[in-house]
Amino acid sequence: MTEPRIEIAGLTKYYGNFLVLDEIDLNIAPHEVVTLIGASGSGKSTLLRCMNSLERWDHGKVLLDGASITDPQYSRTELHKRVAIVFQAFNLFPTMNVLDNITLAPRKVHKLHKQEAEESARVLLERFGMSEHADSYPEQLSGGQQQRVAIARALVTEPDVLLLDEITASLDPALVGEVLAIIRDLKDKGLTMAIVTHEMSFAREVSDRVAFLEGGRILEEDKPEKVFSDPQMPETRQFLSRIIEAGRL
Amino acid sequence: MTQDVIQTERKPAPPRNQRGDLRATIIPALISVFSMIVVFGGIYWWITSSPQWPRVQAQFFSSEAMMASFPSVLAGFWVSMRVWLIGLFCIGLWGLVLAVVRSLRGPWFAPFRVLVVLYIDFFRGVPVLLLVLLFGFGIPALSLPGLPNSALFWGGAAMVLSYSAYVAEIYRSGIDSVHEGQWSAAKSLGLTEWQSMRYAVLPQAVRNVLPALMNIVVALQKDVALLSVLGVRDAVRAAQIYTATTFNYSSLLVAAALFLLATIPMARLADWVSRRDRERRLQRMQ
Repeated sequence: MTEPRIEIAGLTKYYGNFLVLDEIDLNIAPHEVVTLIGASGSGKSTLLRCMNSLERWDHGKVLLDGASITDPQYSRTELHKRVAIVFQAFNLFPTMNVLDNITLAPRKVHKLHKQEAEESARVLLERFGMSEHADSYPEQLSGGQQQRVAIARALVTEPDVLLLDEITASLDPALVGEVLAIIRDLKDKGLTMAIVTHEMSFAREVSDRVAFLEGGRILEEDKPEKVFSDPQMPETRQFLSRIIEAGRL
Repeated sequence: MTQDVIQTERKPAPPRNQRGDLRATIIPALISVFSMIVVFGGIYWWITSSPQWPRVQAQFFSSEAMMASFPSVLAGFWVSMRVWLIGLFCIGLWGLVLAVVRSLRGPWFAPFRVLVVLYIDFFRGVPVLLLVLLFGFGIPALSLPGLPNSALFWGGAAMVLSYSAYVAEIYRSGIDSVHEGQWSAAKSLGLTEWQSMRYAVLPQAVRNVLPALMNIVVALQKDVALLSVLGVRDAVRAAQIYTATTFNYSSLLVAAALFLLATIPMARLADWVSRRDRERRLQRMQ
């Protein structure tokens, strides 16, 4: 077996006295797409945010290619260049246009020339069908367009791992498709991804592995067809039946 | 926004144009003119019917005295406006520095955060007039080497230090109003805390508090008159000098008129800024 790209061992985190993550173990191989599912408050977003140190944790470790992400080997800039994240609320900077949003990190963090940074930004915008919006401001764009810009912003430093935190949850249903199409394309190109989503049919289609979380623990972890069609744990069955009732599977 | 543009079906007719419609427009206009005449005319009659009115009129509304005092009051007024402009610049900058230091979260900034909190508590707690007196009379007496010794300089400095405390708090409320997700996004891109502040948070923060800052701009424009207590020859002082030599108070009204001439456009500008800000927010919510 190849060495995991991301290796999480015994990850434990408290918010005050509340246990959010309870000794999580999870490996993600290179080119693998792993989806975390579970009810709100199960800890899946927190787990995702630990993978690029947006959250601190109390015990355990997160390794990237065998070295701890808190290790000085991964300076802040290096870690965030290699592990990028896209958020539910897009979190684009409203005072900058699309191009500046995308080139901010390359220019200010990775010290690229403006021209060089803009070139790679334009390539991504072209690929995502957003070329004519390079000079637009985020509030002039639809949610789906904003999220495509946010994905471009995350990809512009050519990360090895992309974390997606419920990226379609605040989108108008009609706009979900255009964003998911991009993710499908990224999977085909072999990008390693960790996804938190409520789009179960998408999770089923795009994931190599699905992990079901409840109460800060991974209760079940398997191939998507297995988890969705033949869940082993009663909690997973209950969660999926609620999802089916809500018409999301 | 782009949907339902094409509508060919029959719709109810738009409302009739009401311009010139007697009941809808002319009568209300007549009523409001009439009530203005009654109210303001009444006030005018009430004041001018007072037995002392001719004396007051001669002392406060003498056009000769106004003309005579105008040049010196105007010269003083330019001093006031120069202090205002320079003060604005210094306050905007120094208040921003204070707010940023207070908002940075890194543990290394802790002692500076404490200093800023103490600073703001102090300068917001002491009346500006007192500060102006203390600075304007006290510090020149020290004859600090290398620094100007004029009361104008130190009185202006007192105003800057005091106003900066308020402005820092306005900036800070703007920084606090920026959504946590913006910090997360900046951090996830690898920006340092300082870079996140500089590029992501601060531009939004300033935009959010622009209406509140405009109010400070207008307030300062007239508060610079406080410096007259130091003997600085600003508009108020120049007017007082005229009053002291002629026993006619019309020069004070000249000064008041000049201040109004300057502050009213600024107040309209402030209104415009805040209206535009509100429209922008409403638009974003759609």
